Parts: sequence; C-alpha cells; structure tokens
Amino acid sequence: MCLAIPGKIVAMPEQELSFALVEVGGVRRKVILDMLPEPAHLGNWVLVHVGFAMNIVSEKEAEEQLELLRALGEFLDEPLDEPLEEPREEEVATAGGV
Amino acid sequence: MKFISEFRDSVLIQKTADEIRRLTSGTGRTFRIMEVCGGHTHAIYRFGLKDVLPKEIEMIHGPGCPVCVLPEARIDAGLELVRHEGVIMTMFGDMMRVPGKYGTPLDMKAKGADIRMVYSPMDALTIAQKNPDKHVVFFAIGFETTAPATALSLIMAKKQHLTNFSIFCNHIIIAPPLRALLDFPDLRLDGFIGPGHVSTIIGCKPYEFISAEYGKPVVVSGFEPLDLMQSIMMCVRQLIEGRCEVENQYGRAVLWDGNSRALAALEEVFDERNSFEWRGLGFIPHSGWKIRDEYAEFDAEKRFSVIETSVEINSEAACGDVLRGLKKPHDCPLFGTVCTPENPVGALMVSSEGACSAYHQYGQRLHEIEIPSNFKLQEETVV
Repeated sequence: MCLAIPGKIVAMPEQELSFALVEVGGVRRKVILDMLPEPAHLGNWVLVHVGFAMNIVSEKEAEEQLELLRALGEFLDEPLDEPLEEPREEEVATAGGV
Repeated sequence: MKFISEFRDSVLIQKTADEIRRLTSGTGRTFRIMEVCGGHTHAIYRFGLKDVLPKEIEMIHGPGCPVCVLPEARIDAGLELVRHEGVIMTMFGDMMRVPGKYGTPLDMKAKGADIRMVYSPMDALTIAQKNPDKHVVFFAIGFETTAPATALSLIMAKKQHLTNFSIFCNHIIIAPPLRALLDFPDLRLDGFIGPGHVSTIIGCKPYEFISAEYGKPVVVSGFEPLDLMQSIMMCVRQLIEGRCEVENQYGRAVLWDGNSRALAALEEVFDERNSFEWRGLGFIPHSGWKIRDEYAEFDAEKRFSVIETSVEINSEAACGDVLRGLKKPHDCPLFGTVCTPENPVGALMVSSEGACSAYHQYGQRLHEIEIPSNFKLQEETVV
C-alpha cells in the first residue's frame, strides 16, 4: 500500500509546470510534482506514489549508505552467493500502485 | 545509480547478515523486532531475509497495512454508496478483492455495480470531470503516505468548483496504533523497524515518544533487502549497546522533518477524528483523519449519510492476535484451509502485504512448523 517506486524525470513540459514525465522501470508516466517541497529538475530521481512525486531521492545519501556497508567487516569477505533476483520489469512497472 | 539493483547486492546483504550474526551470537537472547509496515513484511518474505537472519532475530509483523486494518463495517458502509442512483465508486486495486457483506467489489462489479479501479485519486477526479451527470466517490484508504495525494486532489476539486466528486475517507495515522500496541500488557517487543514511505511525509519526529516514553529503539527503513538488513543491524546494535533512539536508515528518501508541503496539504484538508476503529486492535483515539468542514461538500459521509452496522467476525479467526504479534499466521485454525488468498476470511489474507498472505505465498509455514521427533512418513502402499 505504501509502496513508492523510484523513477527518473525524463521530461518537464514547460506549459504544465506541475507535471513531469518520469521513467519508472522502463515505463514513462505523467507524475504530479505538487507535493515536492523543493523544485525538481530534469534527471532528478523521485519516489512515485499514487501518481505523485513524494520527494527527490538523494544520490549522495545513497552512495554514503552503500560506502558504509562496503566497509563493514571487511576482513570477513566471503565468496559470492547466488545473486538475489533482479526486479522484473512488469513488477517495477505496476508495483507502485498503492 | 538505479536505486533498486544497488540495494539488492548479495555481497553487501551477506556482509550485513554476518555483522548481525556477530552481534547476536553468544548473547543468549532473542531480539523481537516489529516491522511496522506491511511493505516491509512482504519484502522480508519475498527476498527470503528470514533465511539469512540468525535465529536470535524474531521478526514480528506490525499493523502497517491499511487494507488489513480497515474494519468490515467501514467496507460495507462504503460499498453501500454504490447503490445510490448515478454513483460511480472508485478505489485502489488493493481494495477490489476485500470481502464485505455483498462480496468483494470485484464481485459487485461483475453483477453490474459501477465500481472502477484507479491508480491515483487524481484519476477519480478525472472520471468526475468526464461524467458531469454522475457522482464519483473515491474510497480513500492509506496512511500519511497516501493521504496527501487525496488532500491535493480535494484542493484541486475545490479550485475547479467540482460538484460531483466526494471522498469516503478512511485515512489513518501511524503513530497512535504504535502507542496502543506498546500499551498492551502482553506485548513482548524490543524494537521497531519504522515505515519508510510514511516517514518521507511525516519525518522521524513522530516516533520519538517510542524511545523517550517506552525505551525502545526505532530505525526508519527503506524497502529493499539491503535497507531492511541494515535497519535490523542498526536496531540490534542499539539494543546491545543499551541505547534507544530514533535512527534514520532511509536517508536517501526521508528527511528528519518530513515533507513540509505534503504536511501542509494534510493540515488544509483533514482534521483528526476523536477515535477510529482498527481491525484487530479496536478503537484507537486520534488515529484517523476526517475531512474538515471547509471541504464538507466533498465528504461522502456527509453527502450520503453513511450508516455503519456492526459486523460479526468469524470467531475462530486470529487476525487480532496476529496483528498484535501474539500469534503467527499459521497458529490460526483457519490459515490455509478456510482462509486462503483466493477466499480470504480475514483482511490479513487479502492484501499481499498482510502477514497471512505473505506466509501463504512464500511458504513460511513449512519453515516454521516444528516436526515432532517421533514423526514418520507413512510408507506408500504399492499396489
């Protein structure tokens, strides 16, 4: 229900300032920007929920998180396990429902 | 950065699992952690995280699934509206399979009721614009994640002077049921994994009472497997170090103060109800939103005088105990036999985010049933 899916802003039509085209898992959707607390720009990643962009996803924060986890228990490095499943396209495209 | 695949990296997940194992091994204790959000429950089972977590970690599934906690009386009252002449009922897909006294909305649609599935409340608004001779009701459910979208739709409807659009409001607030759970005398919980997407709106402050008044840690978490593993690790670290703080694991999406614009929209349109009923938890004070008088013309409850009648629940169903974390889904006598995803009795089986549905879909029952030591497979008779 509270699922929100990250998508990238690929177009911002000038005549409709409160909308953007957002690519979510290969599907382009018209998303309303009226909920964003700060202006979004082309190329920004936003979290999309029931047709609205809820916020801009911070790439910097994401990188820092991954960096922190990579540094975790470095002496413990173990061989690779089977990779977890990749997101299926249709799932990414529809999971944002509600 | 794609914001999905990076957070499903098996090497990092394994590293985090190793760290959790290192922290918990030899402590001789069980860490009971509640993931509040149904989306987290679903992710934990879908990605098999239970299998990489050490046995010292017990995940308890919280009440964060709006479909699951909506009482049947509200479902019936909302669906009653479609019997009014000229009403088009709209709702999210999650609601379409929820059984009420007339069957599910899908059944009712098959029998000719005008019920339409929408992806956004804005779609319901568009249907109203295109059908000026009809009245469109949006069956609104959801936490603070979804409520701002409903609020903005109403603000837009008011601006456009729409007269054929209203909301049947069942929006709920996340913090009050957590307090209600913490006040249950038989609760055995050590910490919380906080709901990430609710928190993009409300921020982290609303959880501070959990650490300040109840002495339990909260880690607001993202939804990918690595997010959840890191959040569990952070929660365990707090418990081992004797800390109880609200921490934000989901920094890429959650600001400490939340989303000011969405909060302003909520404030503009909604007011707290004195009390709202939750399936399995009963009436909880200040746990639901109602539409403010300034927007009364868009309130379906005022336009149609909605009547709620009490509904008898199958007395054998253990939904309430599962929601409070006292029982696991397979402890319910109806689980998987009378109550299945195809024919759900309780709402925890309806939504894919309900604990029972997750158990059923991902076969947790097999993992968790203890096989008696004297159990023997019957030899097949070969004819």
